[in-house]
Order: sequence, then C-alpha cells, then structure tokens
Amino acid sequence: MKIENLVSMANQIGDFFKSFPDQEQAKKDIAQHLERFWASSMRDQILIYVIEKNGEGLEPIVRDAIKQHISSNQKK
Amino acid sequence: MDDIKYSNTPQHDHEHSRTSYDDQKDYGTPAIQSDVQITLTIDDREITVPEGTSIMRASILAGINVPKLCATDSLEPFGSCRLCVVEIEGRRGFPASCTTPVAEGLIVRTQTPKLADIRRGTMELYISDHPLDCLTCATNGDCELQDMAGAVGLREVRYGYEGENHLKAEKDESNPYFSFDPSKCIVCSRCVRACEETQGTFALTISGRGFDSKVSAGISNFLDSECVSCGACVQACPTATLIEKTVIEHGVPEHSVTTTCAYCGVGCSFNAEMKGEEVIRMVPNKNGGANHGHSCVKGRFAWGYATHKDRITTPMIRKSIHDEWQQVSWDEAINYAASEIQRIQTKYGKDAVGGITSSRCTNEEVYVVQKLVRAVFGVNNVDTCARVCHSPTGYGLKQTIGESAGTQTFDSVMKSDVIFVIGANPTDGHPVFASQMKRRLREGAKLIIADPRAIDLVSSPHVKADYHLKLRPGTNVALISALGHVIVTEGLVNEAFVKERCEWDSFVAWRDFVALKQNSPEVLGLAMGVPAEELRAAARLFATGGNAAIYYGLGVTEHSQGSTMVMGIANLAMATGNIGREGVGVNPLRGQNNVQGSCDMGSMPHEYPGYRHVSDEATRELFEAAWGRPLSNDPGLRIPNMLDNAIDGSFKALYCVGEDIVQSDPNTQHVTHALESMECVIVQDLFLNETAMFAHVFFPGASFLEKSGTFTNAERRISPVRRVMTPKNGMEDWEVTAALANALGYPMHYQHASDIMDEVASLTPTFKGVSFKKLDELGSIQWPCNDEQPLGTPTMHIDEFVRGKGKFFVTEYVPTTEKVTPKYPLILTTGRILSQYNVGAQTRRTKNVEWHKEDLVEIHPHDAEERGIKEGDWVGIASRAGETVLHAKISERVQPGVIYTTFHHPESGANVITTDNSDWATNCPEFKVTAVQVSRVSQLSEWQRHYQTFSEEQIGFVGKNPEASEV
Repeated sequence: MKIENLVSMANQIGDFFKSFPDQEQAKKDIAQHLERFWASSMRDQILIYVIEKNGEGLEPIVRDAIKQHISSNQKK
Repeated sequence: MDDIKYSNTPQHDHEHSRTSYDDQKDYGTPAIQSDVQITLTIDDREITVPEGTSIMRASILAGINVPKLCATDSLEPFGSCRLCVVEIEGRRGFPASCTTPVAEGLIVRTQTPKLADIRRGTMELYISDHPLDCLTCATNGDCELQDMAGAVGLREVRYGYEGENHLKAEKDESNPYFSFDPSKCIVCSRCVRACEETQGTFALTISGRGFDSKVSAGISNFLDSECVSCGACVQACPTATLIEKTVIEHGVPEHSVTTTCAYCGVGCSFNAEMKGEEVIRMVPNKNGGANHGHSCVKGRFAWGYATHKDRITTPMIRKSIHDEWQQVSWDEAINYAASEIQRIQTKYGKDAVGGITSSRCTNEEVYVVQKLVRAVFGVNNVDTCARVCHSPTGYGLKQTIGESAGTQTFDSVMKSDVIFVIGANPTDGHPVFASQMKRRLREGAKLIIADPRAIDLVSSPHVKADYHLKLRPGTNVALISALGHVIVTEGLVNEAFVKERCEWDSFVAWRDFVALKQNSPEVLGLAMGVPAEELRAAARLFATGGNAAIYYGLGVTEHSQGSTMVMGIANLAMATGNIGREGVGVNPLRGQNNVQGSCDMGSMPHEYPGYRHVSDEATRELFEAAWGRPLSNDPGLRIPNMLDNAIDGSFKALYCVGEDIVQSDPNTQHVTHALESMECVIVQDLFLNETAMFAHVFFPGASFLEKSGTFTNAERRISPVRRVMTPKNGMEDWEVTAALANALGYPMHYQHASDIMDEVASLTPTFKGVSFKKLDELGSIQWPCNDEQPLGTPTMHIDEFVRGKGKFFVTEYVPTTEKVTPKYPLILTTGRILSQYNVGAQTRRTKNVEWHKEDLVEIHPHDAEERGIKEGDWVGIASRAGETVLHAKISERVQPGVIYTTFHHPESGANVITTDNSDWATNCPEFKVTAVQVSRVSQLSEWQRHYQTFSEEQIGFVGKNPEASEV
C-alpha cells in the first residue's frame, strides 16, 4: 500500500487521540488502535517506515506511539 | 414440534404464521392500554376489557361480529357508516359501537329486529350507488361491502339504479401499482384516515359535500399528488376502489407466507400473498414488530425485480473481463472458482484473497462467507458494505457503551418528548419508522433536526421542527461539542446518572474539554454556520425537555470524523441520562435491511460473530474448535485496504457476495482500477451489476423470496425470511458458498439455513437463545436473546451498560482535509430518495422509476445564477477525484455553497466524484463532503461516455440468457 496513505491514515488516528489529557496514554491508545484494526502488513509497513525514514510526515505523537509501542508489540 | 425439520421447499401457510389468537383479525378499533378493567354484557355474554375500549372491539373480542364498514383496528373510530349501531339498555337511540366506549355494567344488544332494519336500510342506500359487478370484480370474495350485504341480509334495492349516481366516475390509473375506481367508493374515509394516521402524509382528502363528497388526491391524480404510494389506503379500503393492479390482473391470492422485507433497515414484516409460486401482492403484517401493519412503496410494491428479465440464472465464467461470458454448470463454475483461489494463494500467498459480504445478505449467508474466508482461505480478509455506511457506529458505540448496536426498539419513540434527528432523512430512508415518528410528533413531541439540507421532516403537514440546525457538511463534531458545552456550562448534566452509570474520570475529562471556550456555540457556531443562540436553545431543549432520543444516519457516519461523532452522540445521551429506558437512547438508522445483522455475524475483518476481536484467545479457540481449522489472530484487510493492495499487486482474488462496490464505494475509478488489477473476481448477485462487469466468475444469486434465513433490523430485531418460491438460479445463496467451501476441501454440512443459525447460536452468547423454531413462535426476536433474556431484549443498557460503566470520550473537532478552494468552491453531499434503494439494482428494475428516473443535482438558486445554470441544464460536477454530468434541479432545500445528489443510477457516476478520504477509525468513506466546482456543460463527462461504451459491451458479453423469464 502507498506509504502516503498509511501516513495520512495514522495521522488521522493521532488527531483523535492527541486531545486526550494523558499524552502517554494517548500514545498507547494510538498503538492499540493500529494493532486492533490494521492488518499486520500495514502495521509492518509503517513500522519499517518509522525505523528507516524516521516516519517523515507522521505527527510526532503518532511516530512516538509506533516507535514505543508497536515495536515492542511486534517482539512478543 | 421439538423435532420440527425445515426443508428447502417453498413454504405455505404454516402454523407459524398464525397463532390460536387470530392475530390477523380486524377488531374494529385500536387496542387501548389501561390499568382499569371494565366488565359489561354484550348479547348475554360477559366480557372484561380495558377502560376506553370501544363496544365494537369488546364485542369482537367476545366473538360477536358487529357489522362494520368504516371501522378498522388500524385507525381511530370515525362513526360514519352506521352499520355498527347497537342498542344499550337504559340509553336512547342506536349508538355506533365503534365510537361508544364501554362502561361498567352496560347491557348491550348487537342483534335486534330494529337494528337489522337500520342496517339493511343503510346497506340498501350504499348498494343503490354501487356497481353490481361482484362476479367480475377484482375483490370478489375479498370485499367487506359484499360481506356486509350478506351479513345484513340485503335482498333488494327499492330505489332502483337510475337515479343520480357515481357509477360513471372515471378511474385513476396513474399510480403504477394500484388503481383508484371512485365508482366503487363508499366514502367511508378509511383511505383518507390511513393517509393521515398511518402514513402521516395527508395526501388524500374528501372533497365536496353531501352527494358530491369524493376521495381526492389533490388537483390532478395520484401519481402527481403528494401521495408516497405507501399502500396504507389500499390496505384500508373495504371495497375494490383502491386495489393492487396485480390483484386485478391475477385474482385473489390463495395462500400467504409471512416473511421480511429485503429493503431498508426498518425490516418490515410482510405476508407474501401467493398463487402457487407467484407473488400476487405483499401485504404488511399487522403483527410485524417493526411495522405494525404499515409499509412503504418499496416493500409493498417494488418486488417485481425478483422475476425481472435481467436476472441471470446460469453460472458464468471467463478468463478476462474483455472476453464473452461462457455459461457453465454450477459444478464447473464452483470448481473453476476454487481452482483459481488455490492457484492465486499458491502463487501470491494466503493474504492475496478475500471476501466481501453485503447488508443485503441474510445472517446465515454472511456467516458462511466469513467462515469460508477465515477457516478455508485462512485469512481475516472479510469485510462488508457496512464499511461504507455504519462502521463508525459499530466502533463508536462499542467504545462508549459497549455494544455495537442501537439501544432501543422502534416503539420507544412513542415515549419520547424530544426527538433529535442528526444526519438522517427518515421519510425517505426509513419511511415506515418515519410514519411512527411523525405520529409521535403530532402528539406533541419536540423535534430538533441537524442537517445541511431541509429534509421533509423539517416542515411537513402537522410536523414542524422546533429547531433546524442547518450546519455546513463536515461540522458534526463541532455541533456535538457545542451542545455538550451548553449542557455542561449551564448546569444541565444529569450528574446522578453519570455518577452511578459512567466512568467518572472519563466524564471529567469530557466535561473539562467541552467547557473550554473554544467549544462554545459562539466559537464553533462560526464553523457550522449556525447561530449560537439556536445551538444553545436546542441544547437546552434536549437536556430539559423530558425523554430525549437521538436518531441518526449516514450523515453522521460518512465523514472523516464519523466515529468521533458517534462517540459524541453517546456522550450527550449519557451526560443527560437519556439512555437505558424507553423513550430515549442512541438510535442508528441502518440503511439496508441487514446492516446490523451482517455486522453481528462477524463480517468485519477484525472480529468474529458477536463483535469479539480476532486477537481474543478464548474466542479464537472456540471457533477453531468448532470449525476445525487454525485461525489467524491478525485483523484482515478492509475493503479500501483490499483495493489499495490490489493496485499494488499483492491482492489478487475477491469473492463478492451481494455487494456492488463499483457503484456504491467512493472514487469509482480507483475501485475499477483495483478490480482490473485482480486475477479472479467472483461476483454472486441477481444481476450483472457494475462490479460483475469486472468479474471472471458469476454465481447467480437467489432473491429474498427464494430462500430461507433471517434479517436483523436497526432495532436488533431478528426476523425470518421465508422461501416462497423455488430459486430461479437453482440454489440458495448460502448453498453456493457452502459448495465453494466443499470444492476447496472444507465440507460444510448444512441442510437448511436453520442449521446455520443453530451454529451461530452455539458460538455467540448474544444469540444463544435464537433458533428458527423460536422465531416461528415469537415472530421476531431482538438480541441479546439468551438464558437471562429468553424472549429477547427490546431496550438495552437498562441497569448497566454492556461494558459496565459508560465511557466518555473527548471529541475534538478536526476540520476535514477535503476543503473548499477557489478551484473547488462548493461542497457536494449525497443522500437517497424514497422510491429508490441504494445502488438501485432492485428498484430500478421496478415501476418505482416512475418517481425517480435519474439522479439530479440540487443547487441553490444563488449558486446556480452565479454560474448561469437553469433548471434542467446539464451540469458538470468536478472534484479532485473525477467529473460527472447531471441535470440541475434548482432548490432552496440546499444552502448556498452546498450541492446535493443521489446515487441510485450507475450512469450518474456520483461516486466518480467522491474521494478516498475516510473516517479515521474505520475507513468509512467521507461520502458526505466532497469539494467540487459545477458548470454548465453540453455533453456527458469523459467517464460517463466511457461507461456507456463499456457497460454496453459488458452486457453484450452475457449474450442471450435462455433461462431468464420475461416480465
């Protein structure tokens, strides 16, 4: 899938959660949303993009959410 | 009865459609609810009935049939025909039993020589002005006037027939489905009252006085009048005056089977009245839990598509979409499809295939398709058309209250004091429920409407919205936050409810958020284009007006913030304590018949039947054990993901059942490009729909009249669909899916759709108590149906929410990226119309096209004038995605800056213009907001011209279909 699509979809998800008072929780919620509703192929693609290209174009909170939570979830 | 076996033969009038209490009987006047019981004596029989009951109803309940003509129990008593007169001891005269209520100790006589005289005299007058053509009349044997003439013993008409009369009155045949013959009219006003009381349209009236009195549909004829062809008048008519043309043509039906309409999410119960295997008419079932004997033009009349000549009834295959179709046997088609799926999975990997189900499928069909995809294809790539309509409802309600479904029963609206309609157009989209809603509004309930466009409900006879919040498309979340702001800052929160029922921390976060100045009506009102004072007044009314109920539709969900808005709606209901009892609640109006059911059946890529996530270990083990195959714990691809992957080359085969993604999904050219990129597209449908033009395998489908199963409506009501005729294609749809599974080495051993429901019940806690047998007994069941609620659950979340405590979510308004610019200065929003249904594949193949022959674009006079556009001009509509051309309709229903169209005709290309933008949580397309420019043009768009050539070629590839029946 085009990475631009995934980036804009992920940013939209970030737009919802970023207004939560607890920003750490918001990151977890963003990551959980990706885990629960995105196919793993899509998750892998954006994770690689974050690792290799530092997630250019992703909102910081989304990039951090993927970095901190998706990567750890992938190892389980 | 315990060992009842269902078979795949057309069903006749079994015991299940009738009970010992004659529920189809006409009791003359409506049932009355009262705690006070009254006992009286009628013809020496003592009977006890609720206070307020008419003497007529009491008599009929006691088994005494009082003659009647103008009374029927769907309408308030009228007292005009004078046939139902009775004598009451101690009272003078001969009161009409329909308008006289019972009283304690009354002694009533319904048969005396004097009464017989009066009745005979009355009938004599009626018959003196009535054609004596009973033997050749279409309602011969099914006519109340004829019955009453017999009942009163009329033997002669002393007045002769030569005097002034109405026998030469001209017929009105303008309506395509029923005929109006005023020569047979007895002016009982049942039709006029049905139009008012049952339908709420007020199209009919009695014009003239005395001898000149006649039923009138306005200045010209029925078709050109306000009549919406719901059929209520035809149903109410006691003579042959208003009658279905199919009855005139074929005669009175000989048997009847109760089944469920296959159109909208209201899910009306109908009696299919048959002659052999031919439907003569569909009559609304007065015991239908959703419709109580009412219907609309689609369910009542628009079923002719089932035998339309365009039906394809033979399986077909082809190598390329540029080849002609080859008609083949079922075996060959199934084996070919199976071998293609196997080939593609071997070559490209398991994940290269998937399936799409439809809200037009039965629960059983959806269940077997998702089972096929999960257990046999070995992936979770299954999705359903709810993706493009109510997926945000599923997500938003699950998050906030814990269950992906509406909270109420339709009847709940009769206890609402404030009705808040957001982004829904019930009179067009859910007409039978709209009639009930209008009845409640006529009783005095207040009405708030939030809609960019002036829908009919804003102002129609005897219904007027107290507030019409005419917001700009795309600003729903601003609206819901602003309303929350007023409720919080003006101290209108029901804190007791919130404390007891909701997560307090989540409430505090929401409360503090909406209270911010940035969420005030004064600030957000600017984005919406709605005056702050109106927003404040509407919020106050909602919070303080008594029972407040929210009804919403696709105007809420089909936005980039669709899921946010659904959560905002739940926030509002919880904050004001308007959930968990009758009269209140959050009510998604589902577009299609089985949106709720197809979601319930696990057709989304992330969840099993009963909304259980695929990563949930216990659930997965349950299904692995039941299905005998390992299952994936990873969410599958959604429809737009499948399409994107197809374009990338990693998704190669699709099994699409009953859905037409080319017409109904956004950005048509993107969809068709994706389909062209696949190697095997399998379409199962009644017709060569738009998607089938890109298919390699075509499995002919069966209509709802040709199969057994169940549909689940917007109020979670599971209703039986019964097979009344043999499938023209030879198989019910679930049998086709099962055959495909068998060919892929996974036998499915169902004998009947009821076996599938039994499996669903065994694996899904909310369906535990559901079976076809119980549906036969109860008529319909609202889930959850389990050991605690064996008869089902009309109202949910009564003592606690399904998730325990209700959870508030902060809903920040994020404007859509689909912005107006100088190049695209207008916003296009889309909707639907009463006479057509969704992509129109069914309704376009009925006479409903007489009401809506083409999709038009509504433009405000101001925008039209600026561009030199006049009524009826060809107008080009260009967006970032594409361009199409429609005829203009100049209308002040839309606001300046907004244009509107419907999407019922494929050549309109409404979705050529809509974009890939979608809801953040569910990828539900943002159908309701597309930035466009419009201009006068002289020819169709390039896409439309290409479409014409392409579709003609594709239809030509089918060739002559020898088995299609002519209509």
